[in-house]
Amino acid sequence: MNARLVEQLAALPDTFSHHLLLSLSALLTGILICFPLAILISRVKALQWPALTFASVVQTIPGLALLALMVPLLGRIGFLPAFLALVLYSMLPILHNTVSGLVGLDRSIIEAARGIGMSPVQQLFHVELPLAAPVIVAGIRTSAVWIVGTATLATPVGATSLGNHIFSGLQTQNPTAVLVGCFAAAALAVTLDQLIGWLQRAAERRNRRSGLAAGVSLLCLFLVGLVPLASKWGANCTERSTTVVVGAKTFTEQYLLAEFLNLMLKQAGMEAESKTSLGSTILFDALVKGEVDCYIDYSGTLWANLMKRTDVPPRAVLIEELSRWLQERHQVTLLGTLGFENTYALAIPEETATRQDISNLAELAPHTPKLRIGSDYEFFGRPEWQSLKQKYGLRFSEQRTFDPSLMYAAIRAKSVDVISAYSTDGRIIDYNLVVLKDPKGALPPYDAVLLLSPAASRRSELVAALAPVLGKITDDTIRQANKLVDLQGRSIPEAAAFVQKAVHSRRAPVSP
Amino acid sequence: MVRLEQVSKSYNVSGLSAVQGFTLEIVASEFLVLVGESGCGKTTTLKMINRLVEPSSGRIVVDGKDVMATNPIDLRRAIGYVFQGIGLFPHMTVAENVGIVPKLLRWKSPAIAERVDELMGMMGLPPAEYRQRMPAELSGGQQQRVGVARALAGRPKILLMDEPFGALDPVTRDVLQREFKSLQKSFGLTVVMVTHDMTEALMLADRIAVMQQGRLLQVGTSQELLAHPNDAHITTLLEMPRRQAASLEGVLKARQP
Repeated sequence: MNARLVEQLAALPDTFSHHLLLSLSALLTGILICFPLAILISRVKALQWPALTFASVVQTIPGLALLALMVPLLGRIGFLPAFLALVLYSMLPILHNTVSGLVGLDRSIIEAARGIGMSPVQQLFHVELPLAAPVIVAGIRTSAVWIVGTATLATPVGATSLGNHIFSGLQTQNPTAVLVGCFAAAALAVTLDQLIGWLQRAAERRNRRSGLAAGVSLLCLFLVGLVPLASKWGANCTERSTTVVVGAKTFTEQYLLAEFLNLMLKQAGMEAESKTSLGSTILFDALVKGEVDCYIDYSGTLWANLMKRTDVPPRAVLIEELSRWLQERHQVTLLGTLGFENTYALAIPEETATRQDISNLAELAPHTPKLRIGSDYEFFGRPEWQSLKQKYGLRFSEQRTFDPSLMYAAIRAKSVDVISAYSTDGRIIDYNLVVLKDPKGALPPYDAVLLLSPAASRRSELVAALAPVLGKITDDTIRQANKLVDLQGRSIPEAAAFVQKAVHSRRAPVSP
Repeated sequence: MVRLEQVSKSYNVSGLSAVQGFTLEIVASEFLVLVGESGCGKTTTLKMINRLVEPSSGRIVVDGKDVMATNPIDLRRAIGYVFQGIGLFPHMTVAENVGIVPKLLRWKSPAIAERVDELMGMMGLPPAEYRQRMPAELSGGQQQRVGVARALAGRPKILLMDEPFGALDPVTRDVLQREFKSLQKSFGLTVVMVTHDMTEALMLADRIAVMQQGRLLQVGTSQELLAHPNDAHITTLLEMPRRQAASLEGVLKARQP
């Protein structure tokens, strides 16, 4: 078997288990909330419209947006925001089917129940619910399939799910990972669909034994699926609080650096785990709250996005001011710089550069009305882009947003003419791109910096384990490591090991 | 046993009154049939007796007690009801359907099982064969036998029936009507039955109450109604079964050698 597949399959029990726990707990909670609500609104007609409209509106919010919205609302990342978003998402089919199942019953049977002397509660439990059961179960079935699919989007808000394979696979040019994640999610959805379908048929035929069998199978699936998680909890119970959580944003360099920090921490005898594919601001908030212990950010990003500064002081001054601001404002420690810089830089194909004789942004400016620019999700919303446009008078004919990995494919395919590349990306050289100089200093320096949460900075053994990496990762090392993953199809752990080796080889001469 | 005093029912929505000033006393062990055209208020009158519909004015007394002073659920459990559309519970077996009222009355399960078997035997449905059947597996006649058995299960003294035999084929209807009549006699049941079929009323009733547009036109035995109809409408209603009987007799005579 291929090494990438083995690696993905090894991670699968854990992600599958988390995915199952997240989906099923959201589904069960959805049922517990919607069931009484549906019974109430089937009796009080005035509530029907507002309740079903609310559920429909929730349903129209894209899954990813709903999940991301929960983070600022709850002020935290991880299981809870994902769980709540999925509960909201599960509501419509359950509510809708339970209400229409109850309202659509044969009136003469309801009257018979009343006429023989059943109380309203007896009517509900002895007659209405059993008769509406097939329609109600059909709603739960639809809801279950939706939730399993949407739960893959829980990864960017910090909840482990099968989306971990998909998101990291998309960012690191690893189609095997994407396929493993998709296939596992589809298999889970199909299995749940079939089992609940079995329950639905049992309800239709009023076959209690068959219904019981379906219920037991569902329970077995749940229990078997949760075994990896339960065993992990058992093992972690005692040392949970000491496990260091390393965060990462959504691109290759972040994944491999998180893995590298994990290696360093484990080497120092500490327990460590990664929380990857997190949105940029979500990750910083998680660090402030201590849900993530450490991660690597870039000085210019923090300078522009968090401090909202547009001036560009010299590199050392910027780091010092940033460091003081982080400490005073958020009690976050900037432990130091890693040694390399990953700047946003506008890049164009080499042939355009030579033909039009463009080597810097000032020379690019007059051509921009004829050019299309592509960038990642963040850049066009950042203050640096505003300052860049102002200082050079850039007026592109079209602005397009891409997934970072697809942005490079887009310029290669000539779908765009300019991209906002990352200077450490191996694809700049490989795709014959030229990085344009910034003579007016519109872009701040983007030194990679190691940030520690307030709690983590008080742990001396953690600081001691990570301090040796400061200043040891060169531009060249990180570019090669990125290239290993993005262009040579190597895995994240392989690239992390490469960085570790490079750091160790530099350590001897530098250390006192 | 059942007394209706100046009972009226009007609906807020339409402002129409379904029943107006209805007064009638039904004595114990009597078989009273309410007849009239669709929409004349006969079903509404029936439903007011066990408070499925509540009267707007007037008084209804069942077994010496004002129904409005009785808990409607206890009242309904004490009165048997056979529904127009049969109204068996499709998700319950025959035995569960028959035993539902004793179960609501919290009888012990052996007592329920015994009562169910007794009634099924009485209604010509061998328990061993039919107990576990679902209503959908039965013919229309069998379903109505279950319906009658269910209504009788709680040992009610009074039975209300809303066009119970209306949907059956003529042969089955005839058999069930005769069986039910003898059952009513032997148990001394007080029955109030609604029908629009005058022939059925004439065959089964001790007394017939004729309704038109929410009012009681006349009440009496079949002989009284045939001899002294006090309204042209009653004459019209009675003419049809008579004419049918006469023409039937004519056909039979013509065939005789």
